[in-house]
Amino acid sequence: MRYQKMFSQKKQNNELAYIPFVLLGDPTYDKSFAIIKTLIESGADGLELGFSFSDPVADGPVIQEASLRPLANNFSVIDGFKLLKQIRASYPDIPIGLLTYANLVFAQGIDSYYELANDSGVDSVLIADCPVEEGSLFSKSANKHGIDTVFIAPPDATNETLSLVAQNSQGYTYVLSRKGITGTEISANQAKTDFLGKLREFKSAPLVQGFGISTPDHIYQAAEAGVDGVITGSAIVKLINQYYNEPQIMLDAISDYAKAMANAAHQAQHLLQEGLINVDSGNDQRTTACNGAAS
Amino acid sequence: MTMLNENYDYQGAYIGQYGGQFVPQILMPALKQLEDAFESSLTDEIFQKELSTLLNQYAGRPTPLTECSSFACTDKVRVFLKREDLLHGGAHKTNQVLAQALLAKRMGKQRIIAETGAGQHGVATALACALLGLEATIYMGTKDIDRQAPNVFRMELMGAKVIAVDNGSGSLKDAINEALRDWAASYDSTHYLLGTAAGPHPFPKMVKTYQKVIGEEAKSQILEQIGTLPNAVIACVGGGSNAIGIFADFIKESSVKLIGVEPAGKGLDSKKHGATLLKGTEGIIHGARTQTLQTPDGQIEESHSVSAGLDYPAVGPEHVHLMQTGRAQYVGISDEEALEAFQELSRTEGIIPALESSHALAYAKKMSLSATEPMNIIVNLSGRGDKDLNLVMEKLINSEQG
Repeated sequence: MRYQKMFSQKKQNNELAYIPFVLLGDPTYDKSFAIIKTLIESGADGLELGFSFSDPVADGPVIQEASLRPLANNFSVIDGFKLLKQIRASYPDIPIGLLTYANLVFAQGIDSYYELANDSGVDSVLIADCPVEEGSLFSKSANKHGIDTVFIAPPDATNETLSLVAQNSQGYTYVLSRKGITGTEISANQAKTDFLGKLREFKSAPLVQGFGISTPDHIYQAAEAGVDGVITGSAIVKLINQYYNEPQIMLDAISDYAKAMANAAHQAQHLLQEGLINVDSGNDQRTTACNGAAS
Repeated sequence: MTMLNENYDYQGAYIGQYGGQFVPQILMPALKQLEDAFESSLTDEIFQKELSTLLNQYAGRPTPLTECSSFACTDKVRVFLKREDLLHGGAHKTNQVLAQALLAKRMGKQRIIAETGAGQHGVATALACALLGLEATIYMGTKDIDRQAPNVFRMELMGAKVIAVDNGSGSLKDAINEALRDWAASYDSTHYLLGTAAGPHPFPKMVKTYQKVIGEEAKSQILEQIGTLPNAVIACVGGGSNAIGIFADFIKESSVKLIGVEPAGKGLDSKKHGATLLKGTEGIIHGARTQTLQTPDGQIEESHSVSAGLDYPAVGPEHVHLMQTGRAQYVGISDEEALEAFQELSRTEGIIPALESSHALAYAKKMSLSATEPMNIIVNLSGRGDKDLNLVMEKLINSEQG
């Protein structure tokens, strides 16, 4: 319900949802809480929170590097749920999604995992290495405990896959505009409008774009293509990688960055409609003329 | 005991409850394309002809079945070695690498990526790519690159590019992760030539199909040589490709014991081993529901074995199914026992076995010594030991000094 409420409010205000991603427990339990608090107070509309896994095949170098810190601190899955509970207690309304790997859910006992998620106030779970074709292993427990299951729509999927993803993804659908893994090394492309159109035709939950979104320009392109929200992960995690030993500098940097991105997400449609920004969507090396939009 | 054959067939992506395709959604089209190409190649006579020509005229199939003159022999027990060590490249890996490289060409892919631990699969991939004119990129853990300089040189000599992987634990599993990451962005032009009967469907089924020639030959050879099926077939298990290859044609012969030998390393209770089936727990890793060495939280742990080819913290899903249904039995052999068998086969038969295969040999010896009935045993001698000479030399010097 939190997703529906949030997305419908965003729609009313003609805004994109801004959903930042960080790893739970990175760099420590307490600092992780401070980071998440900062993100929310900088304008995040939802949270995408990850569990560190020893073998993160869907992640690029930035998140791989970050994953080592909670693992080295023996930050457990149970610690993660404890932290989630604490976040939920402070922020009762913000939608919280988990991004995890299949083995972490499996090892906990699938049903127990979703029960814990529900107890901790989690709204959705996306398993990075579980395609919609394998979703049934988890969905029964997820439904039983009232947790939304999110799937990914890749850019070159067949209609059959898009329709499966649209039918099964709950809360929102995670759309990709490019192949590969998470990271800012390769920027997002502008999502193709026919691809997004098909997902809508198949009655998809709101469309949220991730992978390679790190600047306001990427957000404007996403807005023009017609998504409902954006996820940024690696760009924030990079700041943590850089400053985790200097917490105040880290939190300030995260705050500045998240504010700029949240602003872009919230202003993008207005700016596009008023012609104040101009998104050139003709090729992969897009440039955006922009009139102080990031201010 | 009656057994239904269909219990041992793949149902879609699964064998029993194991296997599947636990990969990022983005990789599903690549797996689908591979599955289609693989399935259609099975009935394509031109493809099959091309493959069997390569296997016979380039790689040297069929390989002999050699009866041991004295190794592990008693007045009751005869031991036969399936000589995959004589295959071009020095191990069974060449069988499936040639097949997958041909499949890549069939799919119109010009670039091959592969992971390698000690370098054997990397070398096999490099030779197939050199032969078939494909571009090869091999991911290899940094630690392994340092330890296996001659294999790195072999790969480069045959034109492959070797990329050092130093993230995670810098070992084989991390090389697999890196290859999967590459593939997620490159599958339009690139085939991931996975090295064992593990990973997401269709790899376990496909690698089994390409390795089952080992068991088919062994079966007809033993029937020709002694006129009866063997009592037991023994093979080492890391990911499990040589074992599934020699088991496959015997699975339906319920009188034949199938025995997989896992690396017990410094001991099954030491935490320094790679005995995934004996000591691991069920999990999902590298695309498959299988058994793996992991913490209670589900983080994958590092394995250990003196033999790099068995040093992998997961295993092919079909072996889990064979174990759970009781069709195959899995046992452990320690580093030390494998080293002894390595030396003993060299001394008694004039054959230097790979350290991997030495695990299977060591178990054959144990079985032979405790046999009370007449018995014929086939051991898959999956590779030759030249690659292990430096390591064994060092160990022997150390043990003399120690």
